[in-house]
Amino acid sequence: MEIYRERVLSHYREPHNQRHPDSVDHQAIGFNPLCGDKLTVYFALENDVLADVAFEGTGCAIAIASASMMTEALQGLPLARAQQLIDAARAMLAHGEMPDEERLAEVRALEGVREYPSRIKCATLAWSAAAAALDGNMQQVSTE
Amino acid sequence: MSSPAFDVQSIRNDFPILHQEVHGCPLAFLDSAASAQRPQQVLDAIDHYYSHDHANVHRGVHTLSHRATDAYEGAREKVRAFINAKTTQEIVFTSGTTEAINLVAASLGPSICAGDEILITHMEHHSNIVPWKMLCERSGAVLKVVPIDRDGVLLTDKIPDMINARTRLLAVTHVSNALGTVNPVKSIVATAHTAGVPVLLDGAQATLHAAVDVQELDCDFYAFSGHKMCGPTGIGVLYGREAWLERLPPWQGGGEMILSVTFTDTVYNKLPYKFEAGTPNIAGAIGLGAAIDYLLHIGRGNIAAYEKYLLDYLTDRLAQIEGLRLIGTAPDKAGVQSFVIDGIHPHDLGTVLDHKGVAIRTGHHCAMPVMDFFGVPGTARASLAFYNTTAEIDQLIDALAVAREMLA
Repeated sequence: MEIYRERVLSHYREPHNQRHPDSVDHQAIGFNPLCGDKLTVYFALENDVLADVAFEGTGCAIAIASASMMTEALQGLPLARAQQLIDAARAMLAHGEMPDEERLAEVRALEGVREYPSRIKCATLAWSAAAAALDGNMQQVSTE
Repeated sequence: MSSPAFDVQSIRNDFPILHQEVHGCPLAFLDSAASAQRPQQVLDAIDHYYSHDHANVHRGVHTLSHRATDAYEGAREKVRAFINAKTTQEIVFTSGTTEAINLVAASLGPSICAGDEILITHMEHHSNIVPWKMLCERSGAVLKVVPIDRDGVLLTDKIPDMINARTRLLAVTHVSNALGTVNPVKSIVATAHTAGVPVLLDGAQATLHAAVDVQELDCDFYAFSGHKMCGPTGIGVLYGREAWLERLPPWQGGGEMILSVTFTDTVYNKLPYKFEAGTPNIAGAIGLGAAIDYLLHIGRGNIAAYEKYLLDYLTDRLAQIEGLRLIGTAPDKAGVQSFVIDGIHPHDLGTVLDHKGVAIRTGHHCAMPVMDFFGVPGTARASLAFYNTTAEIDQLIDALAVAREMLA
């Protein structure tokens, strides 16, 4: 099945950076009321660079895999660059826009969700939360 | 376990939508609790109405208006007979169960005071929670909730202690959409009436599966939807005991619900039109009438017996799957089995099953308090109708094995 490519299942089975970091400067919760999935994204900053990106929470395979990929893609990026990447990832997952971003190569494994309209929000959940965390808001964002 | 005498293949021939492939597999539609499918007879009735008889009802003196009115009122009589109401005055057409419940909540509203109590149960659909919650917020009344147990059985013995002099209504579902539990509504109504409390029954999940007799149940209100019983979407029914409907004020104003209008005075129409403002869903009512004809033709006893056989088969097969937990194990159930599988999110399950042609519902089923009670964010729910087969259940079981291999 296109939506459950091996790369996706691999991130789901062993998610990267699914933990609470030692220090947290920004965090936000992504909530999908359709299924109750809730992810918290954490950023630790050093000189306006994302020194640590992690997440916690529960979700479907798509939501967890996407969150895992998100932490890898954003790790070590300056804030402005992270914003660009988040926008590009959301545009790709939600609208099928293919970005010229080497850092999103792994995330492209999720493009199969485009065939399943009801699952796109699962894939964008962690990225929506990351965008809210970047805004510096200790807040909850909803997919609806 | 053998199938009762029931020619399901010939019934399936009446349902054109069932004969298609999804993702290259035959469609196994196991989501009738969300919305059932329609037989050709219902589609034909709607098509015939729009092709030959459509005009506004209760208005014109011309032939088409007479025909439309006869067909619309004919459908009302079919509904009356279907639930054995005393008169057609007690049959109000609505857009569905949700609107029927909102009608009662709105019309009852002005008579509800701060400190009054509305009693519901823990297994209600959101449509039988939120209108009452809104009424409580408007009026200062208190919402009280009858608990359930781990099998999904309503703890009816708690009801007498939860009723007091301030209790204004008991609203309870006939059949739970998330758990499949069939509630002993006749005795619940009797208990409430002993204390002088009127009862509204949410029949959305009941009418497809079993005979409903509102006089035998002795309920004060009974709400149900067309689309859950092989009729069209956008049509539903509020049965109300005549004395109650006479007493309640209208909830929406407009054409049809009035006898005379001046800028100083309005005289409301008689029952049931007092509650049917505006041009009604005429085609929907006619389609619902055709669905009733169809269900009666198949025979409600035959339907109930065959569905019981299917539900037992489904539950037995699901129970054999390792790591699968059944949600909703009441002794008296109809048409629904919810479940969760260790390590697999319901939405992943739904997507893999869809890929194998199997349509089930996943999520909270508009019953979040039930999900909270069982400590799950959502469940997978297979639901049955008389047009389903054991082969479709086998297809579900095979697809679950694929999902477990892929995701667990």
